[in-house]
Amino acid sequence: MKNVLRFISLLMLLLAPGFLLAQEAAVVEVADQVVAVTASADSGNTAWMLTATVLVLFMTLPGLALFYGGLVRAQNVLSVLMHCFAIACLASVLWVGVLYSIAFADGSSWVGGLSKVGLQGVGLESLSGDIPETVFVMFQMTFAIITPGLIVGAFVERMKFTAILLFTALWLVVVYAPVTHWVWSEGGWLFARDTIDLAGGIVVHATAGVSALLLAYFVGPRDGFPKKLHVPHSPGMVMIGASMLWVGWFGFNAGSQLAANESAGMTMLVTHISAAVASLTWMTIEWIKTGKPGLVGIVTGMVAGLATITPASGYVGPLGAILLGFLAGVVCYFMCGVVKEKMKIDDTLDVFAVHGVGGIMGTVLVAVFGTAAFGGLGEFNMGEQLVTQVIALAAVVAWSAVGTVIIVFICKMTTGLRVDQEVEHTGLDQAEHGETAYHFE
Amino acid sequence: MKLIKAIVKPFKLEDVKDALAEVGVEGMTVSEVKGFGRQKGHTEIYRGSEYTVDFLPKTMLEAVVEDDMVDVAVKAIVTAAKTGKIGDGKVFVIPVESAVRIRTDEEGGEAL
Repeated sequence: MKNVLRFISLLMLLLAPGFLLAQEAAVVEVADQVVAVTASADSGNTAWMLTATVLVLFMTLPGLALFYGGLVRAQNVLSVLMHCFAIACLASVLWVGVLYSIAFADGSSWVGGLSKVGLQGVGLESLSGDIPETVFVMFQMTFAIITPGLIVGAFVERMKFTAILLFTALWLVVVYAPVTHWVWSEGGWLFARDTIDLAGGIVVHATAGVSALLLAYFVGPRDGFPKKLHVPHSPGMVMIGASMLWVGWFGFNAGSQLAANESAGMTMLVTHISAAVASLTWMTIEWIKTGKPGLVGIVTGMVAGLATITPASGYVGPLGAILLGFLAGVVCYFMCGVVKEKMKIDDTLDVFAVHGVGGIMGTVLVAVFGTAAFGGLGEFNMGEQLVTQVIALAAVVAWSAVGTVIIVFICKMTTGLRVDQEVEHTGLDQAEHGETAYHFE
Repeated sequence: MKLIKAIVKPFKLEDVKDALAEVGVEGMTVSEVKGFGRQKGHTEIYRGSEYTVDFLPKTMLEAVVEDDMVDVAVKAIVTAAKTGKIGDGKVFVIPVESAVRIRTDEEGGEAL
């Protein structure tokens, strides 16, 4: 109980200045709007961005929640759904409070300023490009929701709920919002270096993947890892969630063009191709290696294909999408084994192997497959762009790692990371949330 | 009276039930159970990692019969449940002290 109170007061502290400032800023807002009146929103683009926002939220709720929920034991499925849902709500409140400003307000090249804390100055008339800024705020918010949601896969079945909330809140402030500023805000230093990351190979998948790997390491493996593990309790649920991710990903990638235009069309096309090729690739490898093509395998391949094409969509053509999809299937499949068997880290639902590796691979390879030689649309020099991409990745991976380690330390000192062994055996649903998923009576 | 306790593969239940009905066994109780014998469970592979499933689903069938019915009933079960592959199951025969039919208060063999 003490931990809960401590967490809530911390959250209040973080948010309070934002809302106070927002009230004071109401006067200034009027002046800003006068400038904005000359331009107006494009209704076609706005309609698409409203739709894309819905699709990306749908990826987390319930897509990712079901995808992850089906992979755990029956005694833990509710806890996973709860993690995704609570993180979605927490990220939303923080986004409005401070994160949007840190990510997108004018500031230094390292971090946005506090001028948009509490969404001050974001009114009915304000625009972001040719869409309303409110829509841009919402669209980007759904990215801030799914990214810490992805990390859930690293610690399922054993991390304390209080620790999860505290980790998520701090991680969004320390890692996610600054990195978003670097890469996607016009003032960011990686943006200025022409780093390519259309929809979040760096911002979403590399940050989440690297942080997940480290968090899994610090939380420690599930009891029984790696020899005595329980099978996924509902592969059917995994497939349903994964399919929602696939559909939602069109909003994620094609929406990241911020316009309903020919680029968005191409982005959607290559996104789909990569997912399909990666699914078949993963299925085939599994078929050859284990003798049976599995459902969990084919849908995991799909997620790998989508994560990999994410930074590159919009720059590669269909040929590049096929190549990226194929490599996603092969490399991510083998990385699952590397993390669990060689590194002995229980990144339980393979967040690093699938999202981290996929996102990093796509970020590097867009410099190759995005060129005209591979039917790509990018107008850059392959060698120079490769260097740019690798520098961006190195910086973001290092920042994510350092940030995660510091936050883990804070959580250890305050909430503690892990539930006790008895709770882990009984399952988190009953112990942490007082509910049971399946009553057979 | 004897209790026949048979643990069989779930998909063989229908065949075993029909075979027992044919030799005159008039009632039985069936439960879904889990267990292992020399087969020792099986492995499932998800994303390249092997998971061992120790307990396999089986069906347990219980029927109480008169002593002179035991051999023919056991034979019926064994014949019907056999696939010849590992994991076919087992049949146990256990002595039963008494039996009562609740509706009529009949006892012993009358109650079966």
